[in-house]
Amino acid sequence: MTLRELGELPVGTEAAVERVEGPRALRRRLLEMGLLPGTVVRIVRRAPMGDPLELRLRGFSLSLRRRDANAIRVRAAAATSAEPVGAEATAEPAPKARAAERTSLPA
Amino acid sequence: MATATAAPAVLIAGNPNAGKTTLFNKLAGTKARTGNYPGVTVDRRSARIDVGGMSVELIDVPGTYSLAATSPEERIAVDALLAEPPAAAVVVVDATALSRGLYLARQVVETGVPTVVGLNMMDEARAQGLEIDVPALAENLGVRVVELVASRGQGLDELRRVIAKVARKPWRERPLRLPELVESVVSDVERVVRETGTTEGASARVWALWALLSLAGVGERDENDVPDAWRAAVAKARVDAATLGLDLEGAIIGARFARVDAAVDAAVRRSPAAGPTKTERIDRVLTHPVFGLVVFAAVMYVVFESIYGWADPFVGAIEDAVAWLQELVRTGLPEGTFRDLLADGIVAGVGNVVVFVPQIALLFLLINFLEDSGYLARVAFVIDRVMRSVGLHGKAFVPLLSGCACAIPSVMATRTLEKRSDRLVTMMALPLMSCSARLPVYVLVIGVVFAGSDRVFGVFSAGALALFAMYVLSVVATLGAAAVMRRTVVKGPVPALLLELPPYRLPLVRNLLGTTWQRVRSFLVDAGTVILALTIVLWALLTFPRDPAAEAQAERRREAAAAYLEGADLEAEYAAVDRQLASSQLAHSAAGRLGKAIEPALEPLGMDWRIGIGVIGAFAAREVFVSTLGMVFGAGEVDEEDPGLRARLRSATHADGRPLMTPLAGVSLMVFFVLAAQCMSTLAVLKRESGSWKWPVFVFAYMTVLAYGASFLVYQVGSALGWGTA
Ligand SMILES: Nc1nc2c(ncn2[C@@H]2O[C@H](COP(=O)(O)OP(=O)(O)OP(=O)(O)O)[C@@H](O)[C@H]2O)c(=O)[nH]1
Repeated sequence: MTLRELGELPVGTEAAVERVEGPRALRRRLLEMGLLPGTVVRIVRRAPMGDPLELRLRGFSLSLRRRDANAIRVRAAAATSAEPVGAEATAEPAPKARAAERTSLPA
Repeated sequence: MATATAAPAVLIAGNPNAGKTTLFNKLAGTKARTGNYPGVTVDRRSARIDVGGMSVELIDVPGTYSLAATSPEERIAVDALLAEPPAAAVVVVDATALSRGLYLARQVVETGVPTVVGLNMMDEARAQGLEIDVPALAENLGVRVVELVASRGQGLDELRRVIAKVARKPWRERPLRLPELVESVVSDVERVVRETGTTEGASARVWALWALLSLAGVGERDENDVPDAWRAAVAKARVDAATLGLDLEGAIIGARFARVDAAVDAAVRRSPAAGPTKTERIDRVLTHPVFGLVVFAAVMYVVFESIYGWADPFVGAIEDAVAWLQELVRTGLPEGTFRDLLADGIVAGVGNVVVFVPQIALLFLLINFLEDSGYLARVAFVIDRVMRSVGLHGKAFVPLLSGCACAIPSVMATRTLEKRSDRLVTMMALPLMSCSARLPVYVLVIGVVFAGSDRVFGVFSAGALALFAMYVLSVVATLGAAAVMRRTVVKGPVPALLLELPPYRLPLVRNLLGTTWQRVRSFLVDAGTVILALTIVLWALLTFPRDPAAEAQAERRREAAAAYLEGADLEAEYAAVDRQLASSQLAHSAAGRLGKAIEPALEPLGMDWRIGIGVIGAFAAREVFVSTLGMVFGAGEVDEEDPGLRARLRSATHADGRPLMTPLAGVSLMVFFVLAAQCMSTLAVLKRESGSWKWPVFVFAYMTVLAYGASFLVYQVGSALGWGTA
């Protein structure tokens, strides 16, 4: 399956994180916010001027600039229209081994 | 801290917006003390409280998502926990964002400190249909969990009991289990950390994991103060990991989240939520492309109005009270230097401090309301696109906007920015915003040089156009300065925006008042003393040395007048003598001499030494320019609309007879005032908020250079084009 940049997905799309790239400090902070492989993220909206975006994951809302969001590579699923907001959206928690062995060195 | 016997320390840590402040306030009651973390201007709040018959020192740690750190303000939480180990830690977790909060809790637990998780916002969690099996969660995490609704004080007794119990326990490290290959790389770093032997508190293993996540790589920067050996070890570990095809950060963070996610999955059940949440419904309006911007503009207008308009009656009352006190001193005490010092130095100085309190209090009430309610994050969300283009954070908008009213509360308002580099850039650029104290200067100058009838292109009045141009100049200069500073003094890439948009919540009045009082107090104590001292210095400069010759001459004139005048005529003559005396005294004073000394430098800007004195006097506050000019030009005590002063300024000439206040000279003077750091209170507050004199000195220097350069350019180019003559 092809990977896509999170920031380029249309509003309303839900996607599972595949890997996170970007500069080390940014990447670390994104991972620590829970943007780990397997985590499901939904694009809630874009700000009135088109950037930044609002993401929903793990029961909270996070705002990222499109450029930074593009460090997150996802497998896009179908767009959802009336997904309940507020529920914790984690897909199967990424198994330890899988997360650990993944090689995604910063670009 | 300043306690005689050291009580065991108990930290309150947690994600931003998890409810730490609320919990701390409830637990501490009235016993809270506020200090500062050394080196960084972040409040450190603590309180000695009793829990289950035991006295502990409760310490509020700034909100954080992780213990990893690249900057001094992120280091606070780390040092509090790892370097000066406490007896216990309470990690406040927002139950509606469970896994993210527990990730931090998991890091804290790993260090070995006896930990309690305070599961806060349980009311919201229930309303969202989250069922949390708390015993199961505690069991799976291996840590005690107490349910809380901090805003309503629910669960506090239980929390106190548990704190007392845990704080008596010894530290017990609970290492994070990592895949074998990763483990081997980590243990290399751990060995180096142990050998360099500089760790206190937490174990070498804990510090090794911390270093692997926190230290910058090749070609990056971080501000951690660690032994070089650690950096070398981390760099080597990263190379090793790369050759093994390992992702170290992903493995460490992933392993923690795996533990947390497993515990959450086993303990939490969600009933499907019935439709969108309250926050989602509100956000559909507040972040709407049209309504969102309308609401944004309205809210920002209220913020602006609060310090521009609402504060006005209070400011007026304070100014009246100060004037009344000064009058009391003048009439009550015998004439002399002591009386003048008291009235014009000390009372005026205290007034100069207190006069800012209404603006600070109002602005902080509003900003705290916006922050606690969750809207401040939306402000940043909506406007970030614009702010980003000059390298500023979306949250810098509110301080910049309030800078149009007054820089003092606005510099303090930069505290809403978490990153120090963001804060510094914002607070150093915002004194360029045209504050309300500049307005009297513009009004005076425009009134003098542009008669009401001047029209440009037949429609615009020249005065209005000039005023408008000054505001445009100030905005352009502010944004430009921010952009330049981001590339020079506060170097580094624009930090990424990782902004949580918290659910909308009704703020607690108690928290709003508490935080506002904290701000006001810190202003009065820290910046206030500096402002008072500077006022006295400035008064002395404008007063000494005295001019005995002028005094004697004034005395002779009074006597002469008394001989042949009486009644109203005598009063008028006395007043004229006083004005004349004040003017000569000022010319004779240190400030007056300084004005003359810098006249050659002011000449190319179209100013003379008298304007120079005004500029020096304006350092107390820009609007003082008007009253100082009033004295210099012998017009007495005046305001900016005073026809007497205007007339005198219009007829004033340079030594060689050229008129002083030509339209070009007026514009040059206004440009100077837009850009110059003519306000000692701003500098005092910059010192307080940046933590060192270095930054206010820099601000004063760059703004003065900028003001001089721009004013020079205006006057010289204008003169060359032949606009110099009226
Ligand atoms: N519904 C609900 N609201 C709460 C609870 N505890 C705190 N709040 C509200 O949540 C908001 C944030 O609380 P704070 O105490 O300011 O959070 P904090 O963790 O100190 O946040 P920072 O100062 O940003 O680190 C405030 O509006 C509180 O009134 C709770 O248990 N339930």
